Amino acid sequence: MSTSRIAPGTRMTGAQALIHALEHEGVEVMFGLPGGCILPAYDPLLESTIRHILVRHEQGAGHMAEGYAHVTGRPGVAMVTSGPAATNLVTPLMDAYMDSIPMVGITGQVPTGAIGTDAFQECDTVGITRSVTKHNELVMSADEVTLAVRQAFHIATTGRPGPTLIDLPKDVLQNETRWEWPTDEEVAASLPGYRPTMKGHPRMVKEAARLILAAERPVLYVGGGILKARAAEALRELAELTQIPVVTTLMARGAFPDDHPLCLGMPGMHGNATAITAMQKSDLLIALGARFDDRITGKVASFAPEAKVIHVDIDPAEQGKVRRPDVPIVGDCRLVIEEIVKAIRDLQAGGETQADTTAWKSRISGWREQFPLTYEPSEPGNALKPQFCLEKLRDAAPEGTIVASGVGQHQMWTSQYWQFNEPYTWVNSGGLGTMGFSIPAAIGAKIGRPDRTVWAVDGDGCFQMTAQELVTATVERIPIKVALLNNSYLGMVRQWQEMFYDERYSEVYLSTDVPDYVKWAESMGCVAIRVEAPEEVEPAIEKANAVNDRPVVVEFRVDSGEKVFPMVPAGHSNDDVLVHPTQNDRREHLR
Amino acid sequence: MSTTPAPRNHHILSVLVQNRPGVLARVASLFARRGYNIFSLAVAPAEDEGMSRITIVVDVDSAPLEQIVKQLFKLVEVVKISELDPRRSVERELLLATVRTDAETRSQVAQLVDIFEGKILAVGVEALTVSLEGHPDKLDDFEALLSGYGIVELQRTGRVALAKIDRQARLRAVDTGKGKVG
Ligand SMILES: Cc1ncc(C[n+]2csc(CCOP(=O)(O)OP(=O)(O)O)c2C)c(N)n1
Repeated sequence: MSTSRIAPGTRMTGAQALIHALEHEGVEVMFGLPGGCILPAYDPLLESTIRHILVRHEQGAGHMAEGYAHVTGRPGVAMVTSGPAATNLVTPLMDAYMDSIPMVGITGQVPTGAIGTDAFQECDTVGITRSVTKHNELVMSADEVTLAVRQAFHIATTGRPGPTLIDLPKDVLQNETRWEWPTDEEVAASLPGYRPTMKGHPRMVKEAARLILAAERPVLYVGGGILKARAAEALRELAELTQIPVVTTLMARGAFPDDHPLCLGMPGMHGNATAITAMQKSDLLIALGARFDDRITGKVASFAPEAKVIHVDIDPAEQGKVRRPDVPIVGDCRLVIEEIVKAIRDLQAGGETQADTTAWKSRISGWREQFPLTYEPSEPGNALKPQFCLEKLRDAAPEGTIVASGVGQHQMWTSQYWQFNEPYTWVNSGGLGTMGFSIPAAIGAKIGRPDRTVWAVDGDGCFQMTAQELVTATVERIPIKVALLNNSYLGMVRQWQEMFYDERYSEVYLSTDVPDYVKWAESMGCVAIRVEAPEEVEPAIEKANAVNDRPVVVEFRVDSGEKVFPMVPAGHSNDDVLVHPTQNDRREHLR
Repeated sequence: MSTTPAPRNHHILSVLVQNRPGVLARVASLFARRGYNIFSLAVAPAEDEGMSRITIVVDVDSAPLEQIVKQLFKLVEVVKISELDPRRSVERELLLATVRTDAETRSQVAQLVDIFEGKILAVGVEALTVSLEGHPDKLDDFEALLSGYGIVELQRTGRVALAKIDRQARLRAVDTGKGKVG
């Protein structure tokens, strides 16, 4: 927005300018917790249209801002005080940086005169957050507040999105200034080194179109950038036009519908064998907003050895960082895909035809038939299988349900067993792998999409890191639902110790009944249900889905020994994917 | 500074940045975080108001250099990056050194300074402080010769560099006497 509703020159404090600037940026909700240095900013908040969610820990504020941004595409805002509050925000900033989430952090700082004196709650916030933000700024004068806010939002939301931070000394908030709302041109002029490339290079686009038509074993390798560029529709058009199969990475689940015949699901360390192998055997990878993360490529030297690569990404530094592309295209994914579609149509109009991919398609369907995701159902009287609980949860979920997850086995099972048929319904911490992400992220998501059912799928380890935000959810009336898969362990680490450290379990056992999750959840104002037997699963989910006035926690006591399959052990080639033990007999068909 | 000469395959990056607080820290921490080595770095205000030019000498193969440039360019304050080809740029550096001398060696050192067209800045009973400005390779040679006498203290600025102007422009500069090209 570039027009102001306030007369230029109006006198106000830096704090008032801050809050008005946030309103002008279209902020409707922010997440935070006040303290000494940021106090001046909390006063004008009382008159503001902005809803403030008072969190119980600043990390929660950051993850809520992320969850909100994930599902709305709008920047999430977290406001906290100086010192320990600013350091508590570091994890969510890094998380947002890794996953390219637009987010603006606002921190209080000691008065300008006290900077550098080790004053109470002083910390070098811009220094500490330099490498976890796309940009940050210490604002030294009340006159610079509005420009700093505009820059922070502009940088957070354009190009490759990411977190920005503005650090505001207390006197800057208290001092008087005159309202000035910089125009778009002034913002651009103040950032002469910041000009994201949007449109693809025409020659490269044409070359990409040619390669796509010539490929016999192509795969569309789709990453989170598709969602950031709001390019799901363009992707679908490209896939359907060319009939090329699609894999969606952990960050891109939902960008292409899981129920689409061309969708192969998730590749990577815990991807399904078909998605992994299709990439591996491909002769053309069309990477769209993906970054060749090590969890996708496995051992880079033996990753997709026969594939040419078209790499579309808005961040030039992603081109060639891991794998040298044959056709690099820097630009906005949506625009570039539309350009590629047009180039393909032009070539076809000129008489060019697409290579025959029938053999490739039938190989892929062979893998899909032989290597579906699978688990062994629990024997009567034995502990629940987590996958079974997730299938029931999925089947009972209203359409458009948003799922947020923590980090660990439960995250991988959710990504595997959920059906993501709509973009922006999956919220998770991919790049940083932040335990404790799900509950605050689900709260942020529910605030962004109050019309949707929001389930947080959590592990017992994760739950204990951020569960206190359920208090926030109760008090602020944000009725999220938590499916707690209690396997009594730091399950993912336990799995690695079982498989790669000779079953030598070191510091991974938590406890089954300490804490008592039902009592804990109830004490935080939630409806709480414990589920131990298969026949209790559906009724509990039904009951949880019916609650709409407060948060619900369903604790599923699940099998501690269950492992996530398939698995590509860290550092190994994708050729060495370990399929589920029951599929080992046909292992050689993965060729 | 170390007395090791610049690595054989060194690259010179001339980086134009907005002159804002913390910009040098941003550049330095980027190098540290991505595991790149800086051989030398010099920074000063540039011709445009509000801009600084940072001359960075890095020692890398060309592939990571591409990454360094791209990552640097992601810093919001970085406006322009030119990689200067040593064959097509002018490089300069300043060296200050205090060298141990006695009655016998003083004149030898003075003669060296003379040959290199350096300057003697201060003369003491047991030492000379000398300066030399020039191409970093020349400074390396000078430093090596001085070290035979015993260098008490040494400070080099790290190199600064600019692209050579093309022949036409160079002639023009000489014609008008405005720019002296060294
Ligand atoms: C903050 C943080 N600390 C440690 C880890 C390493 N880690 C990854 S998964 C995991 C176990 C998670 O346990 P739990 O939440 O119970 O989930 P489960 O794997 O059992 O489903 C750990 C410790 C991490 N990802 N994040």
